[in-house]
Amino acid sequence: MGAWFLRTGLAALLAVGLASAPRAETPKRGGILTYLIPADGGPSLDGHKETTYAVLHATAPFYSVLVRVNPDNPASTTDFVCDLCTEMPKPTDHGLTYTFKIRTGVKFHDGTPLTAHDVAASWRRIVFPPPGVSSARQNNFVMVDKIEDPDDTTFIIKLKFDTLSFMPALADPYAYIYSKAILDKDQHWYEKNIMGSGPFKFLRFDVGQSIEGERNPDYYHPGQPYLDGFKAIFAPKESVRLDAIRSDRAALEFRSMPPSARDQLVAALGDKITVQESDWNCGNVLTPNNAKPPFDDVRVRKALFLAIDQWHGAQALSKIAVVHTVGGIVFPGSPFAATKEELEKLPGYWPDIEKARAEARRLLKESGHEGLTFEMLNRNVSQPYGIVGTWLVDEFSKVGMHVTQHVVPTGPWLDAMRKGDFAVALEANCQNVVNPIADSGRYLPHDLYPENFAYHQDPVQVEIYNKMLHETDPLKARALMREFENQTIGVGAHQLMVTWWYRIVPMRSYVRGWKTSPSHYLNQDLANIWLDK
Amino acid sequence: MSATVVDDLPDTRPSVWQAVWKFCRRQPLGTFGLVLVIIIAIAGATAELIAPYNPTANDFAAMTEAPSWEHWLGTDQFGRDMLSRIVFGARTALIVGLTSAAVGGFAGLVVGVSSAYFGGMIDLIIQRLSDIVMAFPLIIMALAVVSIFGPGVHNVIIAITIPLIPRCSRVVRASALTVRSMPYIDAARACGFGATRIILRHMAPNVVAPFLIMVTSFVGQAILAEASLSYLGLGVQEPVPAWGLMLQGGAEEYASTAPWIAIFPGLAIMLAVLGINLFGDALRDALDPKLRER
Repeated sequence: MGAWFLRTGLAALLAVGLASAPRAETPKRGGILTYLIPADGGPSLDGHKETTYAVLHATAPFYSVLVRVNPDNPASTTDFVCDLCTEMPKPTDHGLTYTFKIRTGVKFHDGTPLTAHDVAASWRRIVFPPPGVSSARQNNFVMVDKIEDPDDTTFIIKLKFDTLSFMPALADPYAYIYSKAILDKDQHWYEKNIMGSGPFKFLRFDVGQSIEGERNPDYYHPGQPYLDGFKAIFAPKESVRLDAIRSDRAALEFRSMPPSARDQLVAALGDKITVQESDWNCGNVLTPNNAKPPFDDVRVRKALFLAIDQWHGAQALSKIAVVHTVGGIVFPGSPFAATKEELEKLPGYWPDIEKARAEARRLLKESGHEGLTFEMLNRNVSQPYGIVGTWLVDEFSKVGMHVTQHVVPTGPWLDAMRKGDFAVALEANCQNVVNPIADSGRYLPHDLYPENFAYHQDPVQVEIYNKMLHETDPLKARALMREFENQTIGVGAHQLMVTWWYRIVPMRSYVRGWKTSPSHYLNQDLANIWLDK
Repeated sequence: MSATVVDDLPDTRPSVWQAVWKFCRRQPLGTFGLVLVIIIAIAGATAELIAPYNPTANDFAAMTEAPSWEHWLGTDQFGRDMLSRIVFGARTALIVGLTSAAVGGFAGLVVGVSSAYFGGMIDLIIQRLSDIVMAFPLIIMALAVVSIFGPGVHNVIIAITIPLIPRCSRVVRASALTVRSMPYIDAARACGFGATRIILRHMAPNVVAPFLIMVTSFVGQAILAEASLSYLGLGVQEPVPAWGLMLQGGAEEYASTAPWIAIFPGLAIMLAVLGINLFGDALRDALDPKLRER
């Protein structure tokens, strides 16, 4: 079993397609890194509460976490290492108890010592938020029973049941360790203030403009951080970011740029630009409203999926949009992901597109919906929603459907989906740590996963998921994942993953040490970045 | 006897063709504008016949191709033929432009003449409401309306039509105030005709000259407004071919690598608006008695 995971893990690593492992170099010290955050800013500064990268890219350098994805190997979907703990624990009590030893000598930026009690207070806030406190990823920790902190250096998590989704969930990059003393006084203090124990100390924050940090001389990872400080500039407009990098006003943005921007920067700057690319743990999801005619008919939903030629479409779209890889409901780089052969059995992935479209026409005719006309709800974000939406409209026309787009800003788009006021929606599934079991929970019915907008009911799907959640054998869990995927896309045709996104990070070549990952939420504390100037 | 006298009188009114020829001779720029408008109108009306490709069909084998014999104006990022999209885009522009101008103009005509005819409190209320609407620039007002109703061709037409109404009514009212004091209006009242009949049958036809000039200028304004709304992502939506939308999709991302994606739709907008404005100016000169005699 271990060997199987090692094999598939390695294969996944290669499949992710990192350009190349940078050669070992001696990091240089000093300098200020200026980077761009493609947003106006986040709603608050509290990582436990927020879900947007705009908050994480601005605040991660100030905080420590308990466990993280290995910053030297962030492309891996299974390589987790300690940040504040001293050693990754081996679970005891039949996999139900995880005991972490916490580093000694770690200080918060205000000089107070960080202990296991601060870790426990932070994790209690995430897993069991007190009344009036919002925890965005609370649902990822349904398996947690108790959190204990018997002394200054021991932190224990006890589970209700053992599950493969626990460790990836624990490496949540938003799970900042806050000061217990501050939380005891005011649970909302961190929404407007910053005080952590991370590689950088807070210096300045101009709302909607920029945020700055300076090197934390007491940081506990030896030698890090290499930078003297950083300045993150909020710049929502792509053309502004492009010009800033071109003119070296900023070195990079960590989220992603479209292929055309990459090509322009490379053409203009040559070897002064380095590009890191990776499959992205985000993708578009085509969601027919299963509760609304005619999409309450599984034949119509299947016809919708069968019309789409993902294999050729993804290849072409990758030239103009941040999409690349065809995959099922699991991130394509994960050992839990479906192989091409497994995918090709599902509607929406048939290799013979003419056969698929003939079947789509047959299903439409049989259901009495030939020449079906409907409106597809889409978000007014060009990359990649706009491009994928335009492509889909043309794909649907190839089986005689007449589709128009209803493109609206994020607020009305979410609002329409939450009210069920749509026929078909193009939405997205974007996760941080690759955690196939937890991530696929978003395909469960609306009453179990409120942000699922397919409005379907499927007891079989729920039963398979529960089995998978409790399964600790990776091979058996993978087999259950195939059943779950088949039930979601094949049997029920509730939702379809349409092309996974692709992360393209062009950066000034003097930026060293940072490695891309499958998520723009990961590896963002800047501790390992240095400037070769 | 009297019939003979009438028959003997020479008919001095020019025929339609003579009037057109006179217009062309006296207004060469206006004629140029009219020709542009006619070409665009024919292109829009016969798009299915003259467009070489389906304007919404993606062709991934021909993405961002430069102008060539296969694609005279090149292709966009989806491999769609630019010429075909511009030809079909003319239809969108004309549908939005003509409908908004016609509906906005006619509504403005009725409101303006009614306001002048009734006068008093009704006139005061209508004019103050017009002041409120006209306090906002056309594009801002249209943005507000689209924000309420949402994007799409029909809503864009509504969004552009609403701010055009007071603009037309204000000009029409000024002319109608003069007409209202004419003896034949008093005569119509004395005959017992109703307000509707007097407004539509006797007053409106006599303010047609400024009305036509306004409507002509509205077409250009509406086309520009539609292009602006689409460029901002609030107008018609992909994959519907529309000039402003084509600029939105290509102008920024491909300005340096495939400039034809931005140039040709921009050129189409410019030529259409230029043509309509030149024709509108010439029409004003031709219909305005003061300018006509110069």
